[in-house]
Amino acid sequence: MLSFLFYLAFLLAFVVVAVYAERKIAAFIQNRLGPMEVGPKGLLQTIADLLKMLQKEDIRASAVDLVPFLVAPVIIFVSIFAGYSVLPLTSTVSGAGLSSGLFLLLSIVSLDVFGILMAGWASQNKYSLFGAMRAVAQIISYEIPLGLSVLSVVMITGTLDLQETSVMQAGNGLVTWNMVQHPVLFVPFIVFFIAGLAESNRTPFDLPESESELIGGYHTEYSGFRWGIFMLSEYGIMLLLSILGVVLFFGGWNSPLPNIGSIALYELTSGEGWDVFWLLSKSMLFIFVQMWVRWTFPRLRVDQLMSLSWKYLTPASLVMLFICGIWKLWIIS
Amino acid sequence: MSYFKNISNATLTTLKGLGLSLKYFFDARKKRKKEWVADSNYFERAEGTFTVQYPHEKIPVPDHGRYQLHNEIDDCIVCDKCAKICPVDCIDIEPVRATGVYGQTSDGTSLRIHAAKFDIDMSKCFYCGLCTVVCPTECLTMTDEYDFSTTNILDHNFSFSKMTEKEIAEKKSELESFQKQKEQKSNVSSKPVAGVKKPVIVKPSIGKPKTGKPVLGAKKEAPVKPVLKPRPIPKKK
Repeated sequence: MLSFLFYLAFLLAFVVVAVYAERKIAAFIQNRLGPMEVGPKGLLQTIADLLKMLQKEDIRASAVDLVPFLVAPVIIFVSIFAGYSVLPLTSTVSGAGLSSGLFLLLSIVSLDVFGILMAGWASQNKYSLFGAMRAVAQIISYEIPLGLSVLSVVMITGTLDLQETSVMQAGNGLVTWNMVQHPVLFVPFIVFFIAGLAESNRTPFDLPESESELIGGYHTEYSGFRWGIFMLSEYGIMLLLSILGVVLFFGGWNSPLPNIGSIALYELTSGEGWDVFWLLSKSMLFIFVQMWVRWTFPRLRVDQLMSLSWKYLTPASLVMLFICGIWKLWIIS
Repeated sequence: MSYFKNISNATLTTLKGLGLSLKYFFDARKKRKKEWVADSNYFERAEGTFTVQYPHEKIPVPDHGRYQLHNEIDDCIVCDKCAKICPVDCIDIEPVRATGVYGQTSDGTSLRIHAAKFDIDMSKCFYCGLCTVVCPTECLTMTDEYDFSTTNILDHNFSFSKMTEKEIAEKKSELESFQKQKEQKSNVSSKPVAGVKKPVIVKPSIGKPKTGKPVLGAKKEAPVKPVLKPRPIPKKK
């Protein structure tokens, strides 16, 4: 319950900061300055945008299928935010104590496909429908490498409970992290990251909302607060997958500093506050990487998207699943 | 096998692309200085952010660039050359002849004509700079001011004449009485002048108008403009 309350508040604050960060990172990569006018260095730009967005009219085109149109953004946000319920926060504050937490997370997050399809279909607009179709095809395709790469970790740690996964990586800073303890997890992590990008519809996998072809994709017809929920969901799933990646591969809430000789750095940097700090700062690092990738690569074509998923990521994660099995059977036990 | 080649290719190009954008990201700590275009390393500064936050900072421009026109009216001898050379007729001058030399410009040229009106309509101007070239006293210049956009197009008409309505009326009546005196002195020449007005004034070959000629300056434009615009119709009619 505590972690849920924390994550809800944190997500809202995170979106405000992340939109600003995204614009600044984009600007710096493109030799620009980004927002500079509202507040010092443009810090209040997102607040101003938020206020503008909340004041906008909630437009409903006369042709839309009203009930699914209105419900769709809520379904998307709820299904994504439900994923936060099983995430641990610190060594004492865990999420929902499910023994199959990771499984629940993956399955409930993939429910946002329904919301996207509803949004696109109910909009009665060819661009929205195109976007929704692409989103569904993409999310279903990338669910497979995502699931398989997560399965590699699960096979090695032997648990689906994310708090337990974090506890297993505690002990001695980054030395006891999954990624360091089990270097075979490197390829699964890459697959996980790429599939995560595709799951959250981020560039270079933003075909569902590609502005240049589809105007806005499935959220073309939305405005005001309902559109804001789509935005919130996009950043929500970014953060969710970053935290999940940190928990699975990079030690969760554990401090990265190992004990060196008699200096107990790890113990010094552990504790309730530190745990939250480490978990979130590691996640922010991945958020940065996601933004960095976004402003580096152009969008993929639909066929490239499919071939990347089915021809490269899925076979690679299958092979790595096999290798991780061998690692678990013969190397570590 | 092209399959594995694809993988290695994709990995390498991905890393290269990410490295490139990361370099730009860190370069953004630097900011391009607002350098003078003549500086030797002007084109070598390729790093850092390029944005000029315009109202807060400006790129230096030459003192006499091709921007807003300015007339130093005290130095203007109202020769009308600028108005004649202007391809778009954006300079509107109404001269009133003085009864004699009433002053001197800063370069020593005698002032003989008052500028009752010296308007430059910058919304018509296309910044060719010809008027500044022909100006004999170099009173008409282009400044470094380029930000003079307004919400009302009439504000683009810049008026440089300092004379008030009263002064103009005064000078005009002075001139009239002066001419009447002149007519009385030599009754012979008065009538022909009125009739031959236009031909007489075809003159403007002289930069510094001699005393007599620009008498009817106010009507100079009529004969002169057709010369500049090769349209025969206004000339004949």
